[in-house]
Amino acid sequence: MAKKEYSYFPGCSSVRSASASNYMVSVNTMCEKLEIALNEIPDWNCCGASIGYAEGGELPRHVLNARNIALSGKHNPGQDIVATCAACWLGTRETQERLNEDPDMLTDTRTVLQEGNLQDYYSQNIPVRHMVEVMIEDIGYEGLAKPVVKPLKGIKFAGYVGCQTNRPFGIDGESFENPRYLDKMVEIVGGEAITDYEKKVTCCGGALAFSEPEKSQKQIHDIVEAAYDQGADMIVTPCPVCQMNVEVYQGQINKRYGTNFSMPVTYYSQILAVAYGSTGKEAGLKGNIIRAKALEKIANK
Amino acid sequence: MTEPKLGAYICKGCGISERLNCDQLAQVASSEGKAAVVRQHPFLCSAAGVEMIRSDMAGQGINQVVIAACSRRAKTEAFAFDTVTTSRANLREGVIWIRPDHEDNQETTQEMAADYVRMACAEVQQMRQPGGNTETGVNKQILVVGGGISGLTAALESAAAGYHVLLVEKSAALGGWASKLYRSIPTREPYADPQDTGVELLIHRVQTDPQITVYLNSYCNRTSGAPGQFSIDISTESGATHTVNAGAIIQASGFTRYDASQLPELGYGQSPDIIDQAELERLASAAGTEGSIVRPSDQAEVKAVVFVQCAGQRSNQPGHLPYCSGFCCNAAIKQAMYFKDNNPSVDTVILYTDLRTPGNGEDFYRSAQRKGITFSKGKVTSVVPGKQGAEVFFDDLILDTQTSIQADLVVLATGQIANAGIDVEHVTSAEEPTDKTAISVLNLSYRQGPDVPQLKHGFADSHFICFPYETRRTGIYACGPVRRPMDMAQARIDATGAALKAIQAVENAVLGRAAHPRSGDLSFPSFRKEGCTQCKRCTVECPFGAIDEDENRYPLFNESRCRRCGTCMGACPVRVISFQNYSVDTVGQQIKHVEIPDEMDEKPRILILACENDAYPALDMAAHNRLSYSAWVRVIPVRCLGSVNTIWITDALNSGYDGIMLLGCKKGDNYQCHFVKGSEVAHDRMSKISDTLEQLQLEKERVAIHEVEITDIQRLPALINDYADVIEKIGMNPFKGF
Amino acid sequence: MEKSASKQPPPTTTAEKYRNNFLREVEDNVEEGEWVKMCIQCGVCSGSCPLGSAWEHPPQELFMMIRAGQREQVLRSDSMWMCTSCYNCIVRCPRQLPITHIMHGLANYAHRLGIAPAQNPTRRFAKIFWDNIAHSGRVNELLLSIKLYFMNGFGEGIRMAYHMAGMGFAMFKTGRLDPFGLFMHKGIDNAKELQTMLTKAREIEDRRRGLGLGVAVKAD
Repeated sequence: MAKKEYSYFPGCSSVRSASASNYMVSVNTMCEKLEIALNEIPDWNCCGASIGYAEGGELPRHVLNARNIALSGKHNPGQDIVATCAACWLGTRETQERLNEDPDMLTDTRTVLQEGNLQDYYSQNIPVRHMVEVMIEDIGYEGLAKPVVKPLKGIKFAGYVGCQTNRPFGIDGESFENPRYLDKMVEIVGGEAITDYEKKVTCCGGALAFSEPEKSQKQIHDIVEAAYDQGADMIVTPCPVCQMNVEVYQGQINKRYGTNFSMPVTYYSQILAVAYGSTGKEAGLKGNIIRAKALEKIANK
Repeated sequence: MTEPKLGAYICKGCGISERLNCDQLAQVASSEGKAAVVRQHPFLCSAAGVEMIRSDMAGQGINQVVIAACSRRAKTEAFAFDTVTTSRANLREGVIWIRPDHEDNQETTQEMAADYVRMACAEVQQMRQPGGNTETGVNKQILVVGGGISGLTAALESAAAGYHVLLVEKSAALGGWASKLYRSIPTREPYADPQDTGVELLIHRVQTDPQITVYLNSYCNRTSGAPGQFSIDISTESGATHTVNAGAIIQASGFTRYDASQLPELGYGQSPDIIDQAELERLASAAGTEGSIVRPSDQAEVKAVVFVQCAGQRSNQPGHLPYCSGFCCNAAIKQAMYFKDNNPSVDTVILYTDLRTPGNGEDFYRSAQRKGITFSKGKVTSVVPGKQGAEVFFDDLILDTQTSIQADLVVLATGQIANAGIDVEHVTSAEEPTDKTAISVLNLSYRQGPDVPQLKHGFADSHFICFPYETRRTGIYACGPVRRPMDMAQARIDATGAALKAIQAVENAVLGRAAHPRSGDLSFPSFRKEGCTQCKRCTVECPFGAIDEDENRYPLFNESRCRRCGTCMGACPVRVISFQNYSVDTVGQQIKHVEIPDEMDEKPRILILACENDAYPALDMAAHNRLSYSAWVRVIPVRCLGSVNTIWITDALNSGYDGIMLLGCKKGDNYQCHFVKGSEVAHDRMSKISDTLEQLQLEKERVAIHEVEITDIQRLPALINDYADVIEKIGMNPFKGF
Repeated sequence: MEKSASKQPPPTTTAEKYRNNFLREVEDNVEEGEWVKMCIQCGVCSGSCPLGSAWEHPPQELFMMIRAGQREQVLRSDSMWMCTSCYNCIVRCPRQLPITHIMHGLANYAHRLGIAPAQNPTRRFAKIFWDNIAHSGRVNELLLSIKLYFMNGFGEGIRMAYHMAGMGFAMFKTGRLDPFGLFMHKGIDNAKELQTMLTKAREIEDRRRGLGLGVAVKAD
């Protein structure tokens, strides 16, 4: 089977020694098993993230994303852009939509891109996709099930979809209020999905975890508590911001709320990698601050 | 007349033969039911089963058929035999589906089934094949009262369907309110801008339609008759009268605008710059497409206009209208566009509490927002006139502040008041209407009053949701704002609906059939004059004004006005009123043929008289859901609870029933009775039954009456079981065995 | 295209010019601002916001305030700085208003006019974040965290760093934080080129908004 090739936008948090570096490790492993080739966009830059608006404004933010789209067109022509980070995907896609709707903004953007001789490489219709979309739409659930060699029997997952992988674009036309793709993935790898996980699409606070810790931690507290209440062994998520926020603040939340949370938070790519027979290292399990012991046990079998 | 010959047909399908001893039922039918032919069939509603019955009818001369199978509401097409009387014993929904399949229940379940076979045989022997009303008129013309949008549309739609139309308009011109509007709310894509009212074209089409005769400056001076045979005296202002005939009447008498001078707090009448929506239409028409709208006080161009929604509407204050008139939000949007489209710099603010934009108004609303019309959620507390313009004080409901806006012109959205004529239910006599200002629209010669009864807030209808257009006078249909508040687009739809109803009425009338809701019913009430005591209960209680009095004060049935509910039959103390296939005897004999066990058997019997419109279907649905209820009950469907004659109650108690339940539709203001008043009069009558119970020295619990809805699928079995418990508690009827 | 380039009034004049018509000012200067007038005041956005209770003026109310001309109250509010960018309001709005973007736009506009609340932590974090990425082209998470901790002065920073130390150490231990990132952070190759682009983009945007030179109005 010919490898499927994509122009890959890993994003700042996914680089080596960054907060979602284990996400990248597991994505690479997973893609290898699924025969997906990822061609990193050379010299890609930050998408501006959801907090970039305040200082960055509109046009500069679009320029950031347009530059990436142009670089993709220049170096990986004809390939869909694939992002693993929710904010990267959202930001890039939003820029493309906005520039398609607003000819003035497009003209301005092209003018600015001249500074890097990139103006002719910007494409208005290159598909900008999330890794999860590639998996569901291009590989399909059946295709995702094929490489499973170690079913994750007995592990209960709360599929935490969060915000930006879900809204405003959505995955595979699923409902914003109750997307099911994570649950389906969990079931494909032999795990048990808590399909009615209450906080499935609740916001973790996003960037406000830094600036408004108290308010965000209330959100995170509820997200973790619901996972416990509904009997989850671990949370699984497609978003690096969700993963980071929900995992690393549990210690502070325990102090603030007197709880005793220790809920592992994994990426979908990690559970697929393990089910596909990868080692814990290949699945990036080492990167989980709250160790996903049940997964490690299966990976080490 | 040929000899009656009864054939009873017992179905063994749908599990009936597994649960019931069908041979025993056959035995009951032949020995007790006096059936000449009794047959069992494994699948009675199949072609073969039906053929078996038909061949008996042809070969054996069977002319009374008992179908002992499923509910009378099931398989109606298979068991539709036009030439014979038919009765149904409900063994499926009435017995096996509502009784738990258990050995202990077998005996009582079988008894239940046997009783239903006895009842069906008794009923069918009392039924006569209805032949249709012979007192029919043949006039198919349709009279339309009112020449506004509703009337014009009703006329055109009726004419287009092939009916000749007589259109009566009291003013000198057709068009009504619509012809006073500058523009109308859009009715076409993209619903973004005001559009031409289209009334000129409607008028032109009416005037040139050879099927339509128009009477201007005219009114209905006297209206008598019934569907298919109305007679109307059309008088002109000058006094000339012209008598015409019609088969049905469409009342499209429209609305009068609310008198804004009742709203002094909103400044109306205190400044020429505070006007209502109708007055703004005049200003807009005066300005036309070229000029700008000017304020009346100094003819200066209006630069800031404020629209006050719900002015004297949706309010419980005395003198205000309690309802929403439905058209005024869209109208305010339209009028704000008069300003904005002419000059985008004019400030247009619409102050609303709830913006309601029916139809495609949401698109219109969106268009208004795009045009920069400001919508503020605020409750206006007062409008204070200035030298020019006015200041509008309001509570901003979003920002929670009390604030004000200065305006050159203030437009009040006042409501519609129905031109429904005289409120016939609030007059002491026809000569003394309580509202002395009301002018009759139809001048009906009915004993019940000169106009159609009003439903709520003065609107002429009988049920806004279930039976729109159907007034309580058969053959007279209301449409447009006289029926309920509405805009022009809705009035057009309404008029079309009323035209269809009128057509239904005339077509049924000439065939001697009921119009609605028992459309096509050939039975009709007749009465035995010899027994009549002229007590007038039938004429008073008929919800539809179908019964007048003749010169000797006997009831005079207008069969064509009758809806066949049987309320007259229920009312008659001497039981002289009956239908061919529904009478005191068809039900009375069923009651009598139930086998009443001896007191010592400890098997009570509870009679349920269930309205066939909601209660009986709800019982069927409970059966479909396999909910169970007491085996002591025997259910008899009735046309309406209004048709229940108290003789059935006393007879049942005398013959040893231990309890009686009456199940009818919701009554009162939000009634669901298909015959409007039937359930209510039944409740009235039953409230008086306690005297009878006392005379018989019986507990008052032995007769119970309930309002049920068609959705009471869970509630109804519970209600029955609770009642069975009550009866077991108070013990057996002492009259058993007498 | 150059409609606003010709006038270039100083920022204060812009504010003056629209003082009586704040809605129009918002339409001209705020991202997706032309949508504000389309709000139907149903309140679904306010009810859908995860931090809804933290907003002094929820989105629905902000829209009404804009229409009511309450310029100062809106722009000085810290409400829109509570937006977590969860997009719940966007997907639920029955009128499809891009509410998230309008909130971002209002915050950005207030920030650029220099009248946004100075001490708002999200505003300050956002500025640090942007400077961080605009400098090297990619986020330097360590530098970002340190700057953030010291945002409220040295003492507070030490306290904060101490508070967060466990977390940082865990991140470092699991290979998710580079302790040498302060010196070794690898930005993009063409960082200079990107800086030029961003400067130019801001110039164009300011010109379009009539905000004058490409220099942001200093925060107060």
